[in-house]
Amino acid sequence: MPDTAYETNDSHDDFDKGRRDFLYMATGAMGAIGAAAAVWPFIDSMNPAADTLALSSIEVSLAPIEEGQSVTFKWRGKPVFVRRRTAAEIAEARAVPVGDLIDPESDDDRVKDGKDEWLVLVGVCTHLGCIPLGQKAGDVKGEYGGWFCPCHGSHYDTSGRIRKGPAPLNLPVPPYEFLTDTQIKIG
Amino acid sequence: MSNPEFSNPIVKWVDYRLPIFSMMHHELHEYPTPKNLNYFWNFGSLAGIVLGIMIVSGIVLAMNYTAHIDYAFDSVERIMRDVNFGWLIRYIHMNGASFFFIVVYIHMFRGLYYGSYKAPREILWILGVVIMLLMMATAFMGYVLPWGQMSFWGATVITNLFSALPIIGEYIVTWLWGGFGVDNATLNRFFSLHYLLPFAIAGVVILHLAALHQHGSNNPLGIDIKKKGDTIPFHPYYTIKDLFGLGVFLTIFVAVIAYAPNYMGHPDNYIPANPLVTPSHIVPEWYFLPFYAILRAVPDKLFGVLAMFAAIAVLFVLPWLDRSPIRSAKFRPVYFIFFWVFLADCILLGYCGAMPAEQPWVLISQLATAYYFAHFLIILPVLGLYERPVDLPLSISGGSPDEDAPAAQAAE
Repeated sequence: MPDTAYETNDSHDDFDKGRRDFLYMATGAMGAIGAAAAVWPFIDSMNPAADTLALSSIEVSLAPIEEGQSVTFKWRGKPVFVRRRTAAEIAEARAVPVGDLIDPESDDDRVKDGKDEWLVLVGVCTHLGCIPLGQKAGDVKGEYGGWFCPCHGSHYDTSGRIRKGPAPLNLPVPPYEFLTDTQIKIG
Repeated sequence: MSNPEFSNPIVKWVDYRLPIFSMMHHELHEYPTPKNLNYFWNFGSLAGIVLGIMIVSGIVLAMNYTAHIDYAFDSVERIMRDVNFGWLIRYIHMNGASFFFIVVYIHMFRGLYYGSYKAPREILWILGVVIMLLMMATAFMGYVLPWGQMSFWGATVITNLFSALPIIGEYIVTWLWGGFGVDNATLNRFFSLHYLLPFAIAGVVILHLAALHQHGSNNPLGIDIKKKGDTIPFHPYYTIKDLFGLGVFLTIFVAVIAYAPNYMGHPDNYIPANPLVTPSHIVPEWYFLPFYAILRAVPDKLFGVLAMFAAIAVLFVLPWLDRSPIRSAKFRPVYFIFFWVFLADCILLGYCGAMPAEQPWVLISQLATAYYFAHFLIILPVLGLYERPVDLPLSISGGSPDEDAPAAQAAE
């Protein structure tokens, strides 16, 4: 074997061996950090782009919506449900004890102060992302008079809270504010 | 490896520099194959051929497809109506996906029945499961490309599976989408990956074949090759048998393309995608139905998703769950029964997956899901301990395993 001299040198020199191990580990660690740093831009490029993020707010006029009527708007590519609730629907939503809910949240916290009739929700089922029924007059509204998701059978009440079925959470309330009494800005 | 003498001087010249002809001779002609393989052993090479059909038809389709939410649906309709033979190529690709799964599922149940996953073929089996996972990802992303209602809502439901993960779930889903929902960014990346993954599958297929050729094919008796008389060369014996099987397969494939090209599809996918309206009954393609039933059987979102992934993950450890040293179900009287019950259970799960999420289907799919896992986690380990196998034959060709009986060879 031609490398006998090299082997002898290696096995007898402990100091050299320790130094070599250190160099080996340091090179490996630097390589791993470098590779991770190089991979990050590629991973992050798959996150939402700047123009996608820029389209993140809309203004909506509430004037044409009658009591008891629901209207769907498109926000961030998703439907936003705006329902002008009847007094009976509000009463129904407030009658249920909060502690009995799957995702406990009082109706008060889901509407703006003094604007009890206006319920604004992201209309995407929290189970696997289907659009629940209940916006149109003839739709099935589920056992609690709100919305019903046809995909896997989740029932939402008149406050958009999950009451029955596989969905774990209430329909989320998007960030929005009243600009005037009949104008809201979502996002 | 004995290098054959090639008479053609060009073959000789090339082989001296790049030994592909020697390799082909070794892997096809010399490669010893058990002489008792039945027609269930056709499905491996058949799967390879279907992969080739899918890649070729897919490359041609990509030449006319536009990966943009405003044009994708119309570009597929243009392929169907205006592109020369576009209808044929698209129907080949669309039905080819279904037939790919038919072939691969038969191939896998063949492995389960004859114990092909047992030592020394564990890695061969695991690579096969990897191929199945890649196929599922590829098929799912391909189904999104026509941008019909089922494409869109299938993509929405499946990507939302990842939102079940605690804390990081929402970030992962946004990252998968490249936005706040399934949108143009999603369609573009799915097209990119749908084009890439088949070549990844082809790479794993090469590893699968390398692992296969290390110890050779299992056989219906599930016993090792003991002597030369147990084998025949792969070529011409199995090349011709595979070709005959291919002929039968292509006859059925072409009949479906010609007479029932949309039988395995959903009419809803001929409605352009609408992000504001979910179809009333969302169903995945038939080959995902058993796993979809498992997902829906569990009432909790996170555990439903975990159960669905576990149903595939359990296949990776199957070689260590089945403790029986006997491979073939022919010599395992109790496993023989459980194999057929398991097959029936998988079909039942598939049926439940196609039904709406109502009673009695929810209860039936819960029971069938429990049995699916019990088969792997309870029945197989216990059978390995208590089952009394039937006596194995001494060798594939019968008689003493030590010597090549002249009579047996003459009979070939």
